[in-house]
Amino acid sequence: MAVGLAGPAVGAYLVQRRISLLGDGIGHVALTGVALGTMAGTALGLANQDALAVPGAMFTALVGALIVDRMQSRGRVAADVALALMFYGGAAAGVVLFDIGGGDHETFEAALFGSLGDISTATAIATAIGAAIVIALAFGFRRILFAATHDPEFARASGIPAGALTTWLSVAAAVVITLAMQAVGLVLVGGLMIVPVAIAQLHAGSFVTTMRRACLYGGGVAAVGAALTIHWDIESGGLIVVGAVLLYATVALVKSRTSARRLAPGAPDRPTIEQERSAA
Amino acid sequence: MTSTVLAAAGVTVGFGATIAVRDVSIDVHPHQTVAIFGANGSGKSTLVRAMLGLVPIQSGTISLFDTPVPSRHAPLERVGYVPQRTTAQGGLAASAGEVVEAGLLSRTTRNLPVGGKDKARAALEAMGLADRYDFPVGALSGGQQQRVLIARALVRDPDILVMDEPLAGVDADHQVVVADVVRAAHDRGAAVVLVLHEAGPLAPLLERAVVLDRGCVTHDGAPPAAVGAHAMPGHDHVHPHADHAPEPSDLQRGVL
Repeated sequence: MAVGLAGPAVGAYLVQRRISLLGDGIGHVALTGVALGTMAGTALGLANQDALAVPGAMFTALVGALIVDRMQSRGRVAADVALALMFYGGAAAGVVLFDIGGGDHETFEAALFGSLGDISTATAIATAIGAAIVIALAFGFRRILFAATHDPEFARASGIPAGALTTWLSVAAAVVITLAMQAVGLVLVGGLMIVPVAIAQLHAGSFVTTMRRACLYGGGVAAVGAALTIHWDIESGGLIVVGAVLLYATVALVKSRTSARRLAPGAPDRPTIEQERSAA
Repeated sequence: MTSTVLAAAGVTVGFGATIAVRDVSIDVHPHQTVAIFGANGSGKSTLVRAMLGLVPIQSGTISLFDTPVPSRHAPLERVGYVPQRTTAQGGLAASAGEVVEAGLLSRTTRNLPVGGKDKARAALEAMGLADRYDFPVGALSGGQQQRVLIARALVRDPDILVMDEPLAGVDADHQVVVADVVRAAHDRGAAVVLVLHEAGPLAPLLERAVVLDRGCVTHDGAPPAAVGAHAMPGHDHVHPHADHAPEPSDLQRGVL
């Protein structure tokens, strides 16, 4: 649930930058990290060979996020190509390394799709703290982060370090993804970051409202999903994201109904030319 | 007292093997309204962006209020920049108020200053958008979006206003609104730099014109003689024309 709240806070900026798939790209790279962590755990002869899976994921997620950030700011590759390289490279390397390392398939599956039941109390507390920090930063610096992501050109012309801020956003995305890995899994983590934002933007007229509502949707869907997992034997990640997508469909449907009704006279949509002229 | 607001000396800008701006020197003085003319691809936008530190320069120097650009101490908060409208597109809805309030931020001001919302409202009101504060920018018409971006540049009371193609995609009525804004900024004592394809209703306000052709300055001095609507019969000629104006035919070729 903490992740459900924090994910959209970062996701909103990613959508604003038109790189909503960054989360998935980082997720795939993190898979390589899980494999590396497991291999390291085995090599070091740790009692629990999966102990290093999460630190490994965190490490490669950060490295991957920074590489994509650098590739984009140099302007050599289009954003979507940079992401594609991450997706395929990360997933492939993860699979190969996992086979080499001989890790057990449960670890792999847990990383891919999440397993809420296996999370220890210590991990849960660490996740909550990490999520709280991300939320505090995302909202605390919302003005300057909005300026840097909405119009980087203008931000830089005002002396705002737009480049550095977007790098920090990529780092925050990597942190959120690693935090969310155990709850929703790497395949679906992007969904938790982006789908709530997509729901919120259906009916919000400003960026801050979108972000606030997206976090509430994310937290709500995650809470409901987690509660249902306790009763049914279904993986939490899938349940949460399916819930979010269904919510999106419902809100979109309700919206199209109501806006059709609003086309009636007096609808305060676009101003007419006459109104504009008199305003000018 | 500063003698120049914005100065470029021997500036060359290139992208890979292409040179976009070649050995250009311009000084913009306080309280001066300068237009940079040129055909598409003549380097006028690149020059202005380089002068604000947005594009790296290959050689030459740029100074803003006698501080080198780009540098950590360049007083960019004294600049009101209106980029070409196409650059201001985010993936999410943003309200007009939010966009204008972003104009109050700078390297040192990371959060909205006290009274910022009132300032933003006033700036929108000055652009005839008083009732659009909570309105998503994406739902506004093109001309209104342009005015939101102008409000964002004006909200900080800039000492120099830099506008890149402020008339592009703006209908005739709203071009007059843009001209009013430029006049008001000038009257307040600000320097104004305009990147223009054609002057339109801004023509009477121009004190100086720089013409770029393939990255080189081909003219720097009196603005071109009135063309277009300005030259039509019935136009009120209240401003003096410079006596030493160059041949209008030359300029028009450079301008159009």
